[in-house]
Formats: sequence, structure tokens, C-alpha cells
Amino acid sequence: MSVFLDAFSTAFKLIVSLDTSLLEIVWLSIKVSISSLIIASVFGFPIGALLAIKSFRGRALIIAIFNSMMGMPPVVVGLVVYLIVSRSGPLGWLEILYTPYAMIIAQVILILPIIVALSTQILEELHKEYEKIFKIFSVPPKTAVFTYIFDSKDALLTIFLAGFGRAISEVGAVIIVGGNIDHVTRVMTTTIALETSKGDLSLALALGIILLGLSLIVNLVATKIKSTAKGGVNG
Amino acid sequence: MHHFKYPIYFLLSFLIPSLTFGGEILLQSTTSTNNSGFYSYILPKFKNDTGISVKVVAVGTGQAIRNAQNCDADILIVHARKAEEKFVANGGGIKRHNLMYNDFVVVGPHEDPAQIRESKTISEALISIFRLQPSFISRGDNSGTHKKELELWQKVAVSVKEHSGKWYKETGSGMGTTLNIAAELDAYTISDRATWLTFKNKRELRILFEGDPLLFNQYGAVLVNPAKCPKTKIEKAKIFLNWLLSENGQSEIQNYTVNGIQLFYPNAIR
Repeated sequence: MSVFLDAFSTAFKLIVSLDTSLLEIVWLSIKVSISSLIIASVFGFPIGALLAIKSFRGRALIIAIFNSMMGMPPVVVGLVVYLIVSRSGPLGWLEILYTPYAMIIAQVILILPIIVALSTQILEELHKEYEKIFKIFSVPPKTAVFTYIFDSKDALLTIFLAGFGRAISEVGAVIIVGGNIDHVTRVMTTTIALETSKGDLSLALALGIILLGLSLIVNLVATKIKSTAKGGVNG
Repeated sequence: MHHFKYPIYFLLSFLIPSLTFGGEILLQSTTSTNNSGFYSYILPKFKNDTGISVKVVAVGTGQAIRNAQNCDADILIVHARKAEEKFVANGGGIKRHNLMYNDFVVVGPHEDPAQIRESKTISEALISIFRLQPSFISRGDNSGTHKKELELWQKVAVSVKEHSGKWYKETGSGMGTTLNIAAELDAYTISDRATWLTFKNKRELRILFEGDPLLFNQYGAVLVNPAKCPKTKIEKAKIFLNWLLSENGQSEIQNYTVNGIQLFYPNAIR
């Protein structure tokens, strides 16, 4: 049990002392995860909208593929990205293995299915609700899209947070393609794995507590945005 | 649409470090050298002398060599001589050099049920373990330590594969994870000395056997062959290798201690 007490006091000390190597690791974790989230959203939401609104052959199959990709093990994604960006792989000339870019690519692959699958589901239901009305009043597609976004913004925020949660918490992919290189690609989760392997369990747990705190802050900020937006509409 | 700019700035902030990127050399190394703090000690000294930065990827010897075979390294520092020589023979590396050594130790629960403390040789110790069959944890990951352990079992004619999953348990993980499991299960295992000395979750585990010449642990350095991997930064990697093998580099290795204990003994042939 003393490990838990040690962990809390270590976490507290690390935060209070603003340990520079900790800040570096936390900042890289945030940068990589947010970048992945933005890129995955830029592609994910339009794909989701397309799947929700258009009907075409193979649509059900594509949806099933994205749904099942939500459960893809990060370590497999890491291995595939490694083989692609390795110096001997097809994209080896980019020389991005063991850099944050490779980590972002891996995380985009991990998050994209979550964003596509969940946004398809939400927008599909909205579309069913509004389709006929929009047709009757011949609402232009642009207005329709904005209506959907506006109506589902709470749910979309939840999708965002689900994606962020997957990105910030995974270790299997980033440790392979990033290499856990000190000052270059070391993030929260890979540091936790490293400290665990060094037998420093209380430091590892302390970092876990900080990671959890970070997630909590992001979620609180998101909730705040949500309620502000609501307040704006009602008032 | 103003607020759309911020994510873009955020992404652009990544491009700034990339402009200066590409000058470092890439070292694939065993975990024992990295986790013991050896590189955090020696690499700044090398950078100070030459201005060259080194990025370290620390994995097991097997994986390090595999990554180097994929050209994802400029230099390799590992500890499995036969595998290193094979890597050179296959054209992956230029030449193998002795760099430094220490030794392996057998650790286990301090009660020592198999009574290997009294053993005179490592073979005797392993036979005692085999007779009693208490839990023995193997790396099982094709690392330098794993290869050494298999060699030692082979010497006493015990085919451990037949016992895998019973008293002989393969973790398929790094030394640290394997030590964590051994500590939890009160089991025996073989560790390199550097990882053991810097490992913080020892609990009931103690060194129970050490000192047999068979437990010698040689670290070697190999440059990745530019003929096979044209993108390798051979010139800088060569400077790094020569520095490590030089009198200066070797005495820096000699001077590295953790809690007053020397972890690596330089033995490059000059």
C-alpha cells in the first residue's frame, strides 16, 4: 500500500516543483494527441457525414470496417506504421521514424475509426429526423450541414473527447514508432512503461496520476465549452 | 472562421523542430545500458567533445539487431556476440568491436529454496534449480540475456522448452518487467548486473549466485553498413565509435558509477 502513498506524494512533488523534464514530456503528449485529434477530425467528420447521408453500394461494409477498427490493438497499428516509415519501408525516404510525426500518424490511424463510426451513427439519426422537412422546404445542403452540426454539437464534443482519450492513453503504438527517445519522443505513457520496467513503481504511478489529472482538465474545459455554448443559445 | 487558424498554428509548431532535425545519429541499444543511466552520462560528454547528438532507442538485443537490419540505426551497441557477428557476416554491419563488459547474476528469493548460494559453478546452480523446479523466469525475448541463459541451460543438458509454462516461465519481455514478475512470484531469474543494480523493486530478491566466468557479459559495438543502408550517417557514427573506443571514451566508461559501484568495464582492443 505504501506504493500508493509514495505515488501521491511523488506526483504532488513533481507538479509543485514544475519538474522541467516532466513538463517536456507532458507537453509532447498533449502536442502529439491534439495534433492527431485535429487531423483525424478533419478527415473523420466529413467521412462520417458522407456515410450518414449518402447511400451507395458497399456503405454498410465500410461502416462495419470502421466500427471494427475501433477495437484495433495499438501495438498492431504501431507495427504497421513502423514497417511503412522504416528506412527500408515504402515511406522511409521521409525519415520520420522515431519522430513525433510518426507518432501522430499512428494515432491518427487509431482515432480516425472512432470519429468516423460515432459521427456516422449520430448524424444518421439526425438525418432521418430532418430529411423530409428539409426536402419539403428545399433547404440548401449547406444550411442542412450547419443544422446538423449545430444540433449535434454536444455529441460531437463527446466524440472529440473519446478520440483524445484514446490518443493520450495509448502506449503500444507510440513506443514502437517513437522509440521512447529521451527529449525527442518520450511521452507520458512511454515514461510510465519505462519507469515500471525500472522497478520504480511509485514514480510510474505518480505519472499515471498526473496523466489522469491532465485528462480531467481537458474534460472539464470541454464541459465548460459545452455549457457556455448552451448558455449563449438560451440567453 | 478566425478560430480555425489556431489548430493550424498548433500543427505548424511541429515543423519548427523538424528544420533542425536530422543531424543526430541513431543508436539501437540494449535496455540495460540505457536504463542504468549510462547514456545520459556518456552522451553529453561525447557531444561536448564533438558537437554530435545521439538518439537512443533502447530495446532487447534481438529487436535492436532486427531494427538495424531494416536500416533503422546508424550504430548498434548490444550484447550477444554470435548474433553481432552474424549481423556483420550478412552485410548488415561493417565490423564488430569489443566495447566493455560486466557480468550476469542469478537472482532469486532470499530464502533460496534451491540452495544455489552454495553452488561452485553456474552449471551446479542451474542443476539445483532444475532438480527442485521452483519458478524460474526467462526473458524469452531473444535478447542478449535470453540467449546467454539458453546457452547456460544447454550446457547442463536441460531442455527448458519442454518445461515452458510449468516451472520455467517465459515472459517475452524486457529485463525490468521480468524482474518485476520474478519479485512477485518469488522466482529465480538471470539478469545483467547493470539492470539489477539500478532496479528499484527488488523486494525479496537477492543475488544468489555470481562470479562464474561463464557469466561474462560482453557488450559490442557495430557500425551499420552504408553499402546496405545508404541513408546511414556513417561519418558521424564512425566518429562516435572511435570516440567510444578511444582512451578518452574508455576512461569515461570506467568512471561511470551508480551509488559508488562501477557498472561497465571498458575492454576495447586498441
